[in-house]
Amino acid sequence: MTATDLSPTTAATAVRRPARPAPAPIPFARIVGVELRKSFDTRAGFWLLASVVITATLATGATMLWAPDSALTYEGFASAIGFPMAVILPMVAVLSVTSEWSQRTGLTTFTLVPNRARSIAAKAVVVIGISVASMALAMVIGAIGTVLGSAALGIDPVWDSSAQDLALIVLAQVLGMLVGFMLGVVIRSSAAAIVAYFVYSFVLTAISEALAAFQEWFADARPWIDFNYAQGSLFEGSLTGTQWAQLGVTGVVWLVLPMAFGLWRLMRSEIK
Amino acid sequence: MITVESLTKKYGGFTAVDDVSFTAASGRVTGFLGPNGAGKSTSMRIIVGLTPATSGHATVCGRRYAELPNPGLEVGVLLDASAQHAGRTGREILTVAARTMGLPARRVDEMLDRVSLTPDEAARRVRDYSLGMRQRLGIATALLGDPEVLILDEPANGLDPAGIRWMRDLLRDYADQGATVLLSSHLLHEIEVVADDLVVIGNGRIVAQGTKAELLAAAGTLVRSPELPALATALTDAGLAVTATGSGGASAALRVDAEPDVVGRVALAAGVPLTELRAADGAGLEEMFLELTAETQRETVTEGAAA
Repeated sequence: MTATDLSPTTAATAVRRPARPAPAPIPFARIVGVELRKSFDTRAGFWLLASVVITATLATGATMLWAPDSALTYEGFASAIGFPMAVILPMVAVLSVTSEWSQRTGLTTFTLVPNRARSIAAKAVVVIGISVASMALAMVIGAIGTVLGSAALGIDPVWDSSAQDLALIVLAQVLGMLVGFMLGVVIRSSAAAIVAYFVYSFVLTAISEALAAFQEWFADARPWIDFNYAQGSLFEGSLTGTQWAQLGVTGVVWLVLPMAFGLWRLMRSEIK
Repeated sequence: MITVESLTKKYGGFTAVDDVSFTAASGRVTGFLGPNGAGKSTSMRIIVGLTPATSGHATVCGRRYAELPNPGLEVGVLLDASAQHAGRTGREILTVAARTMGLPARRVDEMLDRVSLTPDEAARRVRDYSLGMRQRLGIATALLGDPEVLILDEPANGLDPAGIRWMRDLLRDYADQGATVLLSSHLLHEIEVVADDLVVIGNGRIVAQGTKAELLAAAGTLVRSPELPALATALTDAGLAVTATGSGGASAALRVDAEPDVVGRVALAAGVPLTELRAADGAGLEEMFLELTAETQRETVTEGAAA
């Protein structure tokens, strides 16, 4: 900045860096590993994931303390734990995408991995992995609650959920998390995407509920239109072919198409 | 080696980057100079594939950036030191980048050491960093993969004078080892002392480019006189291109596209007294920078070369 600065070397240097072989492409597994790390390595991320364990434990405790004795079955515990998870896990999914924009880390992420599809796919793998792992953890905590609850009452533990029930509930959680992921991809702003998630899963459901109550045609068509409603079948233990079809149709409309649109825009967007 | 060819970026009716072409050669520091909003950052984002170009293209190491298999090992990029997750520690940010590139953890310590961030500072969260510390961290991220190309947007922002000196020496060394260094700035002095080549951009268009020596030579002669109008007339009559600079009064001067001795002879022949006569070198480049980019300046130039 001042006249005392070193004068630059003006002579063109003939130094050449030794030619290096082109580096190997970044393996996808490595990107997944990095994205997994990124979902834990901030205080916000850490506590969000820790809250999965904390709320599962609290829900189990609350069920043991206050639920009627008849609800101290495995299903009772599972549904008590399931509710906070259904709120927290989609937030994890939303933030895994939107923080790249809200915190502007995308500037680094997408220069180190210019193929944005790979980064986003890695995030999707991490998000699905976290939801499955969280549900597995929730089931273990629920099982402990069932054993402790029944021991306290001096009754036999009631295992009233089959493996299929549990698998369907995990699928429901994964779908919920993917909805959060989709909203993150489409909106790319943490606050707006979180608000959108609550509108999507609670306000839309309430509107659909009200409409179904007053309009008979909508009540009939609802399973084919309302994605949240169609997902409700997943909590009933088994689905008919029609119910699977309803889930598929609504899923394509409410999840797959917006996700495709969001990804298409994300690939072409400007990262600032 | 960075090659930019006919790069254009339009936002609706606004052209942010207008047919920009230049080359940044290996072993040299190329300064990308222009006032705020001239299109430097947009050009750099296009080069690294963060912003799609409307037309034209850019290659780094002979390939489009998006085609580089592991870009961190070939191109070090620092576009905005503040674009980091505020909740991560400095060390964690480097670790995430190192893992993405597939580098061992000791590279993180080496880079922290290289940019003089202490282990204590590295353990702090970035929200508690000063802008200067963020710049150092950003430089560390860019250098992590020992790349042969560096692309740095306003790297000296927020650094103290010692930090600016450190940065300059680092970039000089890096280029002297054969790397390509492209750095942008809106401050001429900052670029002037380190760059070998200059690309001056204003209003999205390249207004001048060449080696620094060429651009300095083109700056001509600066001359002052109590009888400026008479001198200007004499010089013009002698067939020399004359430009008035400064704001008038004591700082009024003429810049002439000729050697000082030629200007001196004309003044002698015309009988005009001179108070100053010198090669316009650095000041001339600044003058040129201000003139060339005048229409894009937000402030009207009053004190000539005040920086």
